Amino acid sequence: MVNIILGAIALGLLWGIMTLGVHLTYRILDVADLTVEGTITTGGAIAAIMITSGINPWLSCLAALGAGLIGGLVTALLHTKLKIPALLSGILTMTACYSINLRIMGKANIPLPSTGSNKVETVFTPVHELMKKLVGEYDDSASAAWFYDIICSKNFSAMLVGILVIIVISVITYWFFGTELGCAIRATGNNQKMVRAQGISTTLMIIICLMLSNGLVALSGAFIAQYQAYADIQMGIGSIVIGLASLIIGEVLIGTKTFKRNLVALAVGAVVYRIIIALVMAAGMAANDLKLFTAITVTLCLSLPLIKDKLNKIVSKRNGEAAVTAEKEG
Amino acid sequence: MLKMIDIHKTFNAGTVNEKKALNGLNLTLEKGDFVAVIGGNGAGKSTMLNALSGVWPVDKGEIIVDGVNITKKVEHQRAPYLGRVFQDPMMGTAANMEIQENLALALRRGQKRTLRWGITEKERREYKELLATLDLGLENRMTTKVGLLSGGQRQALTLLMATLRQPKILLLDEHTAALDPKTAAKVLELSDKIISDNGLTALMVTHNMKDAIKHGNRLIMMNNGQIIFDVKGEEKKNLTVNSLLQKFTEISGSEFANDRMLLSE
Ligand SMILES: Nc1ncnc2c1ncn2[C@@H]1O[C@H](COP(=O)(O)OP(=O)(O)OP(=O)(O)O)[C@@H](O)[C@H]1O
Ligand SMILES: [Mg+2]
Repeated sequence: MVNIILGAIALGLLWGIMTLGVHLTYRILDVADLTVEGTITTGGAIAAIMITSGINPWLSCLAALGAGLIGGLVTALLHTKLKIPALLSGILTMTACYSINLRIMGKANIPLPSTGSNKVETVFTPVHELMKKLVGEYDDSASAAWFYDIICSKNFSAMLVGILVIIVISVITYWFFGTELGCAIRATGNNQKMVRAQGISTTLMIIICLMLSNGLVALSGAFIAQYQAYADIQMGIGSIVIGLASLIIGEVLIGTKTFKRNLVALAVGAVVYRIIIALVMAAGMAANDLKLFTAITVTLCLSLPLIKDKLNKIVSKRNGEAAVTAEKEG
Repeated sequence: MLKMIDIHKTFNAGTVNEKKALNGLNLTLEKGDFVAVIGGNGAGKSTMLNALSGVWPVDKGEIIVDGVNITKKVEHQRAPYLGRVFQDPMMGTAANMEIQENLALALRRGQKRTLRWGITEKERREYKELLATLDLGLENRMTTKVGLLSGGQRQALTLLMATLRQPKILLLDEHTAALDPKTAAKVLELSDKIISDNGLTALMVTHNMKDAIKHGNRLIMMNNGQIIFDVKGEEKKNLTVNSLLQKFTEISGSEFANDRMLLSE
């Protein structure tokens, strides 16, 4: 059980990068970008193909990020230059990505085994080795063996890498959106007319934001592929909904009062989502039903304000006067 | 300071909705001119300001600001020359950003956005002082999201933003029309003060004839996408609402029609 939770946390942190990417478009730029369903797979595909040909896993992650930037650029150009609505632009790029991803991989699935004759080195391998070495220096006193087992588990090292990566990326993101350029992008999501009146090209801001978002998403895909030990052409399907679910869970649990808090919320939301999924799976839900479960969860979350409003109205009808204040508060 | 020469703009050309909004408009502003712009519904007042701001390209004509031909520049490229306040208080600010962040965006109007920090400590102190001059208590709410402000507060802030970096020309398009009369009067007074304190060149569209007579050193009246009446100085000061209406009928041969125009008080 501990291992399952550890795995959920590790996977959640890696998906947290993707959630942050979704946040950049969905919340900051105020567009729903479906490109991510394609670019997350592109990231996984590029990492897998590079890692299996013996290239440094971190370098492979960087290449994945670069590919994501290009994916975002394509959508941004379709939207800003060809004036295709943002949603449709994303769908077009996502669809194109499917063929490109297959081209990159050459087949539908590339395994990244950590054992066996054709094992590969991932970003997690050195940390895992280090943990084993550290623990090996101590004597396995029987009483603490379970503890050493955890430290030596793959999930634990994946979690460490996940924590490190999400912290670094969140700090960079926090810094970036405090800069002049970052402020201009945030304003673009608010009021494009005002932004142009300040001498800022909204086209350029949209391009930069979509690129960064998809760069993060592809990077996330690269880590996820290494964690789950394979890249698969299907791995992006439903990812936007997972990203949204994580984002909303985080917002509800942690809140969005400050940007710092919001960034924490994104990582926490992604982790909590994964823990929920791990729990319902452990409770016996079929893997094939997960997407339906997630979609329903997101629908409920998105309609929460409406439901709250309706409830308030019902209550106020019943309670008459007393509820007027509740309305105001709600 | 500004030359608009033979400007033409037709919307929806070639369709049943074709509308000639600017019809060979000519306008020259001297430095320091504060011009009140009046005219009936659809006369082309907003269209004139939009043509100047580069919201869309004009069909024909030249626009020259301070010797620079800006006709071919797009909207954000013209921003260095222009400060703008819109009729809709929502239009001028970024609602989800703090008051100070909005000011910081405006301070950098027309400048390249770099990876330097978006707002400095020194700026913060300056903003605090500037906001205090508005007398709206905003200096104590610098980190409040602008979306929480009232329309009048937002318009006052937008005005401050438009003039934070001195524009060559300040464009005010019925910027008090959406406010209640008391707030409108206050914002108008503030506009007048900022313009005269800084010696700005300004175009102010208004639907209030009294305001148009009272404020500025010059008044122009528009009809059918052209300027049909243009007065300055003493002659302008001596105008009355009635004489203006009379003038309009005389020149255009029709009744003055503007549903928002306040003909009396
Ligand atoms: N973007 C646009 N597309 C189509 N028609 C437009 C557009 N902008 C303005 N028009 C038309 O051009 C004409 C002039 O409009 P404009 O907004 O300049 O009038 P105005 O003088 O500002 O009037 P008002 O007092 O009503 O604000 C109107 O007939 C208007 O319908
Ligand atoms: Mg108008």
